[in-house]
Amino acid sequence: MKAQTEQRIAVSILFLCTFLVVVPVLVILIIISMKGVSALTVSFLFDMPQNGMTSGGIFPAILGTVYLVVGAIVFAVPLGVLSAIYLVEYAKDTPLSRLIKLAIVNLAGVPSVVYGLFGLGIFVIFFGFGASILSGSLTLGIMILPVIITASREALESVPKTFRIVSLSLGASKWQTIRHSVLPHAIPGILTGTILGLGRAAGETAPILFTVAAFYLPKLPQSVFDQTMALPYHLYVISTQVPGIPEHTRYGTALVLLLLVLLLNLGAIILRYQFRKKKKW
Amino acid sequence: MSKPAIETRYLNLFYDTFHALEDISISIEERKITALIGPSGCGKSTLVRVFNRMNDLIEGVHITGQVLVEGEDIYAPNIDLIELRRKVGMVFQRPNPFPLSIRKNITFGLEIHNTTRKTDYSGIIEESLRSVLLWDDLKDKLDRSALELSLEQQQRLCIARVIAMKPKIILMDEPCSALDPIATSRIEELMQELQKEYTIVIVTHNMQQAARVSDYTAFLYLGKLIEYGETKRLFSAPREKQTEDYITGRFG
Repeated sequence: MKAQTEQRIAVSILFLCTFLVVVPVLVILIIISMKGVSALTVSFLFDMPQNGMTSGGIFPAILGTVYLVVGAIVFAVPLGVLSAIYLVEYAKDTPLSRLIKLAIVNLAGVPSVVYGLFGLGIFVIFFGFGASILSGSLTLGIMILPVIITASREALESVPKTFRIVSLSLGASKWQTIRHSVLPHAIPGILTGTILGLGRAAGETAPILFTVAAFYLPKLPQSVFDQTMALPYHLYVISTQVPGIPEHTRYGTALVLLLLVLLLNLGAIILRYQFRKKKKW
Repeated sequence: MSKPAIETRYLNLFYDTFHALEDISISIEERKITALIGPSGCGKSTLVRVFNRMNDLIEGVHITGQVLVEGEDIYAPNIDLIELRRKVGMVFQRPNPFPLSIRKNITFGLEIHNTTRKTDYSGIIEESLRSVLLWDDLKDKLDRSALELSLEQQQRLCIARVIAMKPKIILMDEPCSALDPIATSRIEELMQELQKEYTIVIVTHNMQQAARVSDYTAFLYLGKLIEYGETKRLFSAPREKQTEDYITGRFG
């Protein structure tokens, strides 16, 4: 009888904690949706801002965020995955390699504003890219690298050792083994890391603050060396820096940012599902 | 005696400082089944992994002496490891098909070695599956996952995967230890069949199995080759005291 009571109490506490975790997420979604959905019109999504951003659309900010996220992914995924392959498959277990792995994990905890300052120093000033999509993408890319490397490492390490041994015993070279027997089975995990990085790159304000984001631009960026508006920064600007912005515009912008991240994630989830299905196990 | 498929001369193998194989000189005959027996830790698995250089994967292994496969020193610096492992296939303790279709499992090695883009592998798939007696059961299921098969079928598939590479020698490291007795005896029958075309080296902890299937038996103990000879003779009239103690079950 006592064991059963304990069991009931334990389950209740566990459930309550899970519930408490879910509540804020739901409240955020509901409030932003309720206050912002009225702003979502075609012209809001696809027009330039007008009258000092108090009316018109947020198209340049949406486009800018898409550019930045795609830029960060294009830069960070190949670099991250390839270095994860090196760390898992080739690097010997030495104090140095352990230190490198530890450093990469800890890089994930560096505050994003530090990445922003780093990007300002390296890309904007030292390499002379100026405040540009290139600088911003590279900064965001470096910020999400640890997430992608860590997830890719875990994905590679979870591929059973026998796959490698069998492949080598059939006369495959080490690279062929990685390419044909390890990587295909690690891709779902790598995509999960990419999804996490993607969401973070889309949502962060601090790294783009000094490296790319513009307060307001009258026209769309023409090349990677142009500045651009971006959703998170735009949201900050219209919420705190410009008076007289209607409330539904602000919540509408937040909702668009949420939906955009959701959409990008959905794409990656579908991709991952396709890979899993192909694996037949 | 015909020319040996594998020959070792004063082979010593160390894991760092641990002396795992001591002065092994053995000559394994072509198209015969040779069994390596001995208690756990005697070095029989280590020895079989010398023949396709799978020990290279373990850090800290080093070797002295000579190992010749078909007369060629496989530890010579200019040896082509890929070619060696193609010639010397390996079947493992646990059936370990890739989580791919049956077809893909068999063509895996072929695709890796083939540089041309597209080839019709259907002939080789049928041939390999026939030689392990799976063709009639599986010919309509080639695109099903190999993991849906029974353990015995999986192990046969693993043998077919090796055969598809057209090896000369097949190494089997306790190939039946994950199988039930009926499946075991059927795999043993298959080995008798394969012996007509391939040299087989089997590691087994099961003495009855060695006595049933092999032509020659080598008894290893604590990294040394204690006795080596025709299976019938070794089991009926062992020359060494340790061999006799082991095969009569006094230790091991």
